[in-house]
Amino acid sequence: MGADHAHHKETFITKYVFSQDHKMIAKQYLITGLIMGIIGIAMSLLFRLQLAWPEKSFWVFETFLGKWAPEGVMDPNVYLALVTIHGTLMVFFVLTAGLSGTFSNLLIPLQIGARDMASGLLNMISYWLFFLSSVIMIASLFVESGPAAAGWTIYPPLSALPQAQPGSGLGMTLWLVSMAIFIASSLLGSLNYIVTVINLRTKGMSMTRLPLTIWAFFVTAIIGVVSFPVLLSAALLLIMDRSFGTSFFLSDIFIQGEVLHYQGGSPVLYEHLFWFLGHPEVYIVLLPALGITSEVLATNARKPIFGYRAMVASILAIAFLSTIVWGHHMFISGMNPFLGSVFTFTTLLIAIPSAVKAFNYITTLWKGNLQMNPGMLFSIGLVSTFITGGLTGIILGDSTLDINVHDTYFVVAHFHLVMGISALYGLFAGVYHWFPKMFGRMMNKNMGYIHFWVTAVCAYGVFFPMHFIGMAGLPRRYYSNTAFPYFDDLANINVIITIFALIAGAAQLVFLYNFISSIFYGKKAVQNPWKSNTLEWTTPVEHMHGNWPGKIPHVHRWAYDYSKPGQEEDFVPQNVPLAEGEEELQH
Amino acid sequence: MTTVILFAILVLVGIAIWQITKIFELSQLRQDRDDSQIANDKDNNWNGQLMFAFLVFIYLITIYSFWAWGDVLLPEAASEHGQDIDRLMWISFALIFFVQTVTQALLHYFSYQYRGKKNQKAFFYADNDKLEFIWTIIPVITLAVLIMYGLFTWTSIMNIEENDEALVVELYAQQFNWKARYGGQDGVLGDANVRFLQDYDGRNLVGIDSSDPNGLDDVVVQELHLPKGRQIIFKMRSQDVLHSAYMPHFRAQMNCVPGMITEFSFIPSMTTEEMRQTPEMAAKVAKINKIRYDNSKALMANGEEALDAYQFDYLLLCNKICGASHYNMQMKIVVEEEKDFNNWLAAQTTFAQTIQQ
Repeated sequence: MGADHAHHKETFITKYVFSQDHKMIAKQYLITGLIMGIIGIAMSLLFRLQLAWPEKSFWVFETFLGKWAPEGVMDPNVYLALVTIHGTLMVFFVLTAGLSGTFSNLLIPLQIGARDMASGLLNMISYWLFFLSSVIMIASLFVESGPAAAGWTIYPPLSALPQAQPGSGLGMTLWLVSMAIFIASSLLGSLNYIVTVINLRTKGMSMTRLPLTIWAFFVTAIIGVVSFPVLLSAALLLIMDRSFGTSFFLSDIFIQGEVLHYQGGSPVLYEHLFWFLGHPEVYIVLLPALGITSEVLATNARKPIFGYRAMVASILAIAFLSTIVWGHHMFISGMNPFLGSVFTFTTLLIAIPSAVKAFNYITTLWKGNLQMNPGMLFSIGLVSTFITGGLTGIILGDSTLDINVHDTYFVVAHFHLVMGISALYGLFAGVYHWFPKMFGRMMNKNMGYIHFWVTAVCAYGVFFPMHFIGMAGLPRRYYSNTAFPYFDDLANINVIITIFALIAGAAQLVFLYNFISSIFYGKKAVQNPWKSNTLEWTTPVEHMHGNWPGKIPHVHRWAYDYSKPGQEEDFVPQNVPLAEGEEELQH
Repeated sequence: MTTVILFAILVLVGIAIWQITKIFELSQLRQDRDDSQIANDKDNNWNGQLMFAFLVFIYLITIYSFWAWGDVLLPEAASEHGQDIDRLMWISFALIFFVQTVTQALLHYFSYQYRGKKNQKAFFYADNDKLEFIWTIIPVITLAVLIMYGLFTWTSIMNIEENDEALVVELYAQQFNWKARYGGQDGVLGDANVRFLQDYDGRNLVGIDSSDPNGLDDVVVQELHLPKGRQIIFKMRSQDVLHSAYMPHFRAQMNCVPGMITEFSFIPSMTTEEMRQTPEMAAKVAKINKIRYDNSKALMANGEEALDAYQFDYLLLCNKICGASHYNMQMKIVVEEEKDFNNWLAAQTTFAQTIQQ
């Protein structure tokens, strides 16, 4: 096989554009994801300005929002559009496609010892569908009536009726089309990952020797295949309601002075369908980040990941539970309160495997020899925000307590810390750690340190105070809180949050500069810069089709033989046979 | 002015970052020219120390937030079930603070204590079933207790039984305001549907079916009045999109869904006047009025009108995104003694009177 590949004539188009090589596709995902991330974060800074100084005039609004910000004052409709598209971009395009798409593609073949994905063609189609959906989503920002503005959950009837808000016109149609294509892309990708992990592992790479990254990507792909089609059905039914007069989600509606014909549907049905994906989606975002953390933490601690079996078991438990907890987003939706009881029970169960993971990470650091590379810092940061954000889940997952904090800023604080910031840290950890593998060069570590420390302080500075605003009873998705004198004492907190957000935004520019300049001018990487055990570091620095020049290495041990007693070096790659008398750890 | 200061701060931070980067690069050059971009002992050392500093930062920001913003939190619940919710909330918070304090301490202390050194070897420690068991079983027990407590409270709040004592009130949501409907003399709400909204030249504000005799004495109002100490059963409707009736001071919230009637119930335990007179509310209102007074001075300097002084009232807010004016969809709630409530209700116009006009 390897020899055949060498004979392929590569043109610019087949190498950089319509590439079927998983390493190139990974880079394409990463760069597209980063671009979407820049747009998503920039949007959040715009609406943070509005929240800190409500209804004030800013030249940036006039520049970027044009007619939506007459005389530089943001329009309420555009505020809702910004939060909607910010959520959509960050959750789906950055943290699903950008994170999973990049690292599943890069690492699955490399870490299991395969020449490429099971189907390079499907993989390529998957990326280009993602690209298409990104283009459509961005195009929706420029339509006359504005982009979708019903919140990233796009609950009908608000999203179904163009009379209800301007964003529910063409913008919403484009949103739905974009998401339908996105889902197709995600499914093709996920199927490919699953098949590859099951079938293409090299000799000796049993499931119990898989690095935890691969376990995380594998299980993530399974959750995606189980849950994304349900969102597709919700989107299709919503398209039917919007364009073909059906009443799946609509009933008894009077709007703009007229009674609509819809009868017998229920918005609650939509909520069920949406959250059947929506909640697993949280873990689709988070599990790959946790997988990356496991790998980066163990490598840089120069210690085996603590409790490998428990880590795998908790990934599986989280995956299973994630599909039966969606109702905790709907405690007060009007569904039967008995269902609320059931979902409270299953939701709080998730705390158990999550706690096990957190404890195992902490124990992995204990008595380690921690190499503070930027990737390591982001991994430690992830554990910190995962704990801080995860703990408040105990409040939100409890139906009784959710009554009063549902849809307040408390929720915003919770999910941004536990899945937003944590998953972003996972993404950054992955980029810093595997940059040498992707681009053959090193990123500048000092800029990495600045990036981490500024971001880490600001992440707490932004989201910690939000708990208080939420506990004060302030709902999310409010264009401003000037309509309620009762909330006047929150104004200065909002200013502080925005200042931290702006500094955090600036810190991302350091990353961006580092990322781009290192691609071209970074120091050339050695083959295994972090002295890691996994197979991707046995491939040559220069990328090649088929990954290994000769035979694919065989695997003789698990991925975590760091600082094993009796070994000369503090790491033993997976392809090194057991020495005479050496026992493989029973894990 | 703040904008200018903020802009200046941003520029300075930018310059600072740029300069620090440069200093780092220069200091790297001067030394042993380690440009491998892999952390060396010096990096491990200062980053490990910063990890410890970060732990202090997390503690400080927690303490500072409570010190500075403790007074923005909602005051004690003004409903009977709200007391139960608050108790469970504080138990959960106590647990969260405990776990947060301990785990963050371990995480950051280990990051500091075991920062890498050349010639140091990590301790090969891959597994320990006993430990895994311990930190599985402790969350199991803790959560079991929390779940049980939560579910008992939830069931008692959400199991709403119709009874003659209770006052039934309909909350009616539309873009972007609230209305409330009382059953009138007979205490029974008449049938209603959005189809009837256009009857009587739009005077039928919530779509009451005028052929239903129960509906003729119904009263539709724009300000919600509730008697203290009596169970209120809310029946919620929406005419257009999803809304959510959020009454934070009563620890009450339920979505209003077009096409169906949702329910919530509580017993108000403090009148508006009583709440205004609690010391913490008085302090909060004084603080808000101070802020408004300061803001007014700035406004008047620009030739604009001053802000009104604020007086506390219970709020009903919309808490489900519903369109452009979502942020201003509110209704005032007045909780009063039963006698005052009855007087108020008797003075309102009934549906029959409205349509005869």
